[in-house]
Amino acid sequence: MSASLGLGILVLTLIISLYAVGAAIAGTRMHSAQLIDSARLATTITFPLLTVVILIMVYLLATGHFEFAYVYRQASLQMPLYLNITALWGGQSGSLLFWAWLLSGASAIAVRQAWKHEKPFTPWVVVVTMFTLAFFLLIVTFVDNPFARIWALSDGQVVQSMIQPAGSFLIYPPNGLGLNPLLRDPGMVFHPPMLYLGFVGFVIPFSFAMAALVTGRSDSAWLRLASKWALVAWVFLGIGLVLGSRWAYTVLGWGGYWGWDPVEVAALIPWLTGTAFVHSMSIQEKRHIFKRWNIALIVLTFCLVIFSTFLTRSGILDSVHAFTQSSIGPMFFGFICIVFIASLGLILWRWKLLESEGKMESFFSRESAFLFNNLLFVLLTLICLTGILLPVMSDLFNSTKLTVGPAWYKQTTGPVFAALLLLMGIVPLTAWGSTAAKSLGKKIWKPAVVSLLVPLILILTTALNWAGILALWLLSLITAVTLFDYGNAVFLRARGQDEDILVALAKVTARDHHRYGGYIVHIGIVMIALGVVGIEFYQAQTQVTVGLNSSINLEGFQVTYKNLTESATADGVDIARADVTVSRNGKTIAALSPRRDYYPLYQQSVTVPGVYSSLAEDLYVVLVDWQPISADAATFHVYYNPLINWFWIGSVVMVLGSILAYIPSRPKAGEKKEEQ
Amino acid sequence: MVEEVPKGNTPKPLTKTKPNKFIIGGLLIFVATSILVAISIKGNAQYYLTIDELRVSPEKWNQNLRISGVVLGDTIRLVPGSDEITFQVVNIPGDMNTIEAMGGIAAVLHQAATDPKAMPLTIIYHGVKPDLLKDEAQAIMTGRMQPDGTFLAGELLLKCPSKYQEAPLN
Repeated sequence: MSASLGLGILVLTLIISLYAVGAAIAGTRMHSAQLIDSARLATTITFPLLTVVILIMVYLLATGHFEFAYVYRQASLQMPLYLNITALWGGQSGSLLFWAWLLSGASAIAVRQAWKHEKPFTPWVVVVTMFTLAFFLLIVTFVDNPFARIWALSDGQVVQSMIQPAGSFLIYPPNGLGLNPLLRDPGMVFHPPMLYLGFVGFVIPFSFAMAALVTGRSDSAWLRLASKWALVAWVFLGIGLVLGSRWAYTVLGWGGYWGWDPVEVAALIPWLTGTAFVHSMSIQEKRHIFKRWNIALIVLTFCLVIFSTFLTRSGILDSVHAFTQSSIGPMFFGFICIVFIASLGLILWRWKLLESEGKMESFFSRESAFLFNNLLFVLLTLICLTGILLPVMSDLFNSTKLTVGPAWYKQTTGPVFAALLLLMGIVPLTAWGSTAAKSLGKKIWKPAVVSLLVPLILILTTALNWAGILALWLLSLITAVTLFDYGNAVFLRARGQDEDILVALAKVTARDHHRYGGYIVHIGIVMIALGVVGIEFYQAQTQVTVGLNSSINLEGFQVTYKNLTESATADGVDIARADVTVSRNGKTIAALSPRRDYYPLYQQSVTVPGVYSSLAEDLYVVLVDWQPISADAATFHVYYNPLINWFWIGSVVMVLGSILAYIPSRPKAGEKKEEQ
Repeated sequence: MVEEVPKGNTPKPLTKTKPNKFIIGGLLIFVATSILVAISIKGNAQYYLTIDELRVSPEKWNQNLRISGVVLGDTIRLVPGSDEITFQVVNIPGDMNTIEAMGGIAAVLHQAATDPKAMPLTIIYHGVKPDLLKDEAQAIMTGRMQPDGTFLAGELLLKCPSKYQEAPLN
């Protein structure tokens, strides 16, 4: 019953989305307001319809309807309710359905916005969003349907199918396989949806850009609508990446946070072009330049979002994420080709119209800094694309398969990231229009001198590590420049208006919150970079087998093995738990319990490290899964990860800064008139 | 056709200028990065081979390689007193179409791991034992052949398709 209802609504939504595309195009051709209106309505209605489909799917997962192949594979009676619900995005068909649902919601809002603010855009926003939705629904309906059930044929064969094969009967498995034990983590609740929200969010700015091209609007109207969406999508994608990284750090027991795995890189790529876009869009709004560039960037970002989904699903990459190879790869490839050719055609058609109204003058101007920022992000994108496509390309052209790993990525992206950091440090010192090199020098010397304190202290107090010292000096320079500029504005205001420093800080921030929100994002990035420098240049590790009450020494810490207990949970998980104490300078500072959970059903263990965490460093203790593990002796791998916590703190600061930058400005009197 | 664009704020014609310094600067950065990427590929890239291909191409044994095989669960050992792990792998085909024709990766892995005639290759790896290192897992190793015929892996990546996603229906 629920199956046919879910399936029926799915097919209905597919038809409605296709109808919306047709009605929108016909409506503009025939100048029929009625048709366009109905296309708009059709778009809006896809969201409640898909919501019902999602609710049915969640119901099936939560109540254990294991006759559905998807439920059988992803859900299990042994999993808590929240994990059975997250199984919605645990497999391919479910996650594609989830994607479609988010897209329908975003489309409904976008169409409403277009209708309210830029009416002529409406049909084209409908066309782009509903065409994309139809593509996903087509796959979910005909290629990989989450409502397929399990049937036993008369010859004993077991198959999955939407419709009952002749002479077969339905199978009701008593329990499902459930998610892989590694995925049974609260990380599963937030990491995938955040990524999907980011991916879906970029569809909308793309649809506004296409609408502007088709209707021939050369001003920044599309960007006014698109910029908020882009910023939100960018933030969600960023949160999704960081959450994945945090999850890997706390569960996989490898002491790292980013492994340059191809699937990680594939998700990073649209974030890179998205970052370029959130920078360059503000230039177009302020200076009316970069028009072609912005359209090209959002087209690229959208294509990369689809490409990223395609890559992870096509099975052409070797990744720990190990999604099954599936037949939907070629369909994604076809979709990208259509999108790419159509948008390229539109851009060329409107090429003349998109000419910049302004011009860049100085090498040291702020717009020039943004231009180089964009260039560097595009270079990072190209490097990452080279990295993940190298095996495919070399196979195609040279019939050898060449691959690259983390060492290559570090070597190639490292200098570009460093250049970006340096640029980020200079930006607050530049001005719109032009800045002379001389005035730049005048502004930079004070913060530069202050920042030299950091390397000085490091040289005097720690073991020499020149690469690390250089990186940390760069970070302190950026911090000093940003804080000097911020502080200067606050100080001037406090003196000029005779205000308290804190009041002045709040007022300065509120008055130009786009800019200072950006500064806070930059400070967040410095913190993230601090965490990266800590692990890349200062990480230490050791693996030792120790007897009871014996200790492992690492970087001034003492890890003492106290006890080992083995137990089994009610649902059949074997847990080996070690108790250790961590002390420094003879003082016990923490008791940790690194664990190994073994799932006999899956013949798989899950490592849960014990972590002593402080702002200065993490001590990350892993119970190594091997003999001799006994109460007498056990093997531990201990990582010393300095500064890593700044990675997570910086991510939070970055999100807060983005929210500050996002808050709409109170329109000034002149602007309001223009908008209406 | 769509409506015409309102004329009026067409840009003023730009005066002829000398070659754009931004384009030159951008090109320089682009070229520098490309060179870095190319050099880095030369220094860091690995040939991807199946274990059968590795056997018949001794000329590649002194190079950085990436190989793929299926883990034999019984052979996984930890060398006491160190972080050294050894295990054996046997060949699986590298070509996706071949794998597909043989019934998918899970079937290929199972068949290879239970084939009594398969010739195993011993892998040596230093580090924490990954959770996914187990029988019939697909292992992808980056490293070099050693003079004694074992393979020293610096990087170890594991895939468990049968358990991760599309488990067979039985």
